[in-house]
Amino acid sequence: MNPDHHVILRVVAKLLIPLIVIYAFYVHFHGEYSPGGGFQAGVIFAVAVILYGLIFGITSALKLVPAVFARGLAAVGVLLYAGVGVWALFGGGQYLEYNALFQEPEGGHAAQHTGIILIELGVLFGVAGSMLTIFYAFAGRAAEIDDEDW
Amino acid sequence: MMIIERGDLWEAIIGLALLLILLVLGIAVARLRSLFAIVMLSGLYSLVSAVWFVAADAVDVAFTEAAVGAGISTALMLGAMLLTARTAKPEKTFARVAPFLVVLITGAVLTYATIDLPAFGDPFSPANTGVGAEYLDRHYPEMGFPNVVTSILASYRGFDTLGEVLVVFTAGLSVALLLGFGERSLAAMMNRERGDSHEP
Repeated sequence: MNPDHHVILRVVAKLLIPLIVIYAFYVHFHGEYSPGGGFQAGVIFAVAVILYGLIFGITSALKLVPAVFARGLAAVGVLLYAGVGVWALFGGGQYLEYNALFQEPEGGHAAQHTGIILIELGVLFGVAGSMLTIFYAFAGRAAEIDDEDW
Repeated sequence: MMIIERGDLWEAIIGLALLLILLVLGIAVARLRSLFAIVMLSGLYSLVSAVWFVAADAVDVAFTEAAVGAGISTALMLGAMLLTARTAKPEKTFARVAPFLVVLITGAVLTYATIDLPAFGDPFSPANTGVGAEYLDRHYPEMGFPNVVTSILASYRGFDTLGEVLVVFTAGLSVALLLGFGERSLAAMMNRERGDSHEP
C-alpha cells in the first residue's frame, strides 16, 4: 500500500490515540466521582487499539498488543475480580464483602475503596482484553481494508 | 387543565426530536443495502440514543451506550463486514413483510404496556421509593464518594457486575473459539509481507 495514502487519517489518528488512552484512564480512576468506571474505560481503551489497527494495519496492532496478551488480560481481569471475593472470604466476611478486606477504624472507607478500585481494575482488564480478542478474531481473518471501502 | 412549565415543554420537544431522528435512522438502516452505510448509521443510532439518555438524566447509561454502541460495536461490525460481501441481497416479499409485522405487533404491545408505567421521574414510583431510596440514603455514609451508580454497581451489586464481566469474557472466548484465534492466518499474512516464501 502506498505509504502516503491515508496521510490525513494517520496524522489525526496519531494525535487522537494517546488522548483516547488517557481519557480511558481518566474515566476509570474518576469513576467514583463522575459517570463511568471500569467497563467504559475498558471499552475506550480497546477502541484506541482497534483504531490503531484499522488505520495502521492489523499487523502493527498485533505488535503493539499481542493477541496472547489480550487473551491473558481478559483472564487476569476476571481472576482479579473473583480473587477480591476470595480475599474477603479469608478476611472473615462474605464473598465480595469489601469491609472484610482488612481491619480499619470505625467509619473508615479504605476497605470499600480498595475493593472497588480492585474490582474495577478487574472489569477494565476483562472488558478490554475480551473486546480486543473479539476484534483480533474478526480482523485476523480479513485482509487489509481495500481502498474503495474507506 | 394542567399547567406545563416552560422547561418541561422544551424537554419534551427535545425528546421528541431525538426520537424522530432515531425513527428516521431506523427506517434508513432497514431500507439501505450497502453494509458499510448500515454499520455507520447504526453507530449514529447509538450516538443519538446516547444523547437521548443524557436528556433523560441517565448519564451513566448514556456514557456506556456511546462507548459500546457507537464506539466498539461499530468497529467490530466493520471488522465483521470485511469478512463478507459489501451489499446485502434484496429479500423476497415475505422476508420483508414478516419482520415488519412482528415489529409492528411488538411495538403495539410495548406501547400498551407503557400505560401501566409510572410517570417519568415520579418520586412515588416503586423504583424511587423502595431499594432505590435506601441506596441513596446509605451509600454516602457507607462509601464516602459521591457517585451512587458506582457504589451500587461495584459494591452493593458486586455479584451482578462479576456476572457481567464473566458474560463479556465468555463472549470473547466464544468468538475466539468459533473464528479461531486469528493468529494462524495473521502469521501467514505477516510472513507474506516479509517476503518469506516457506510457509508451513
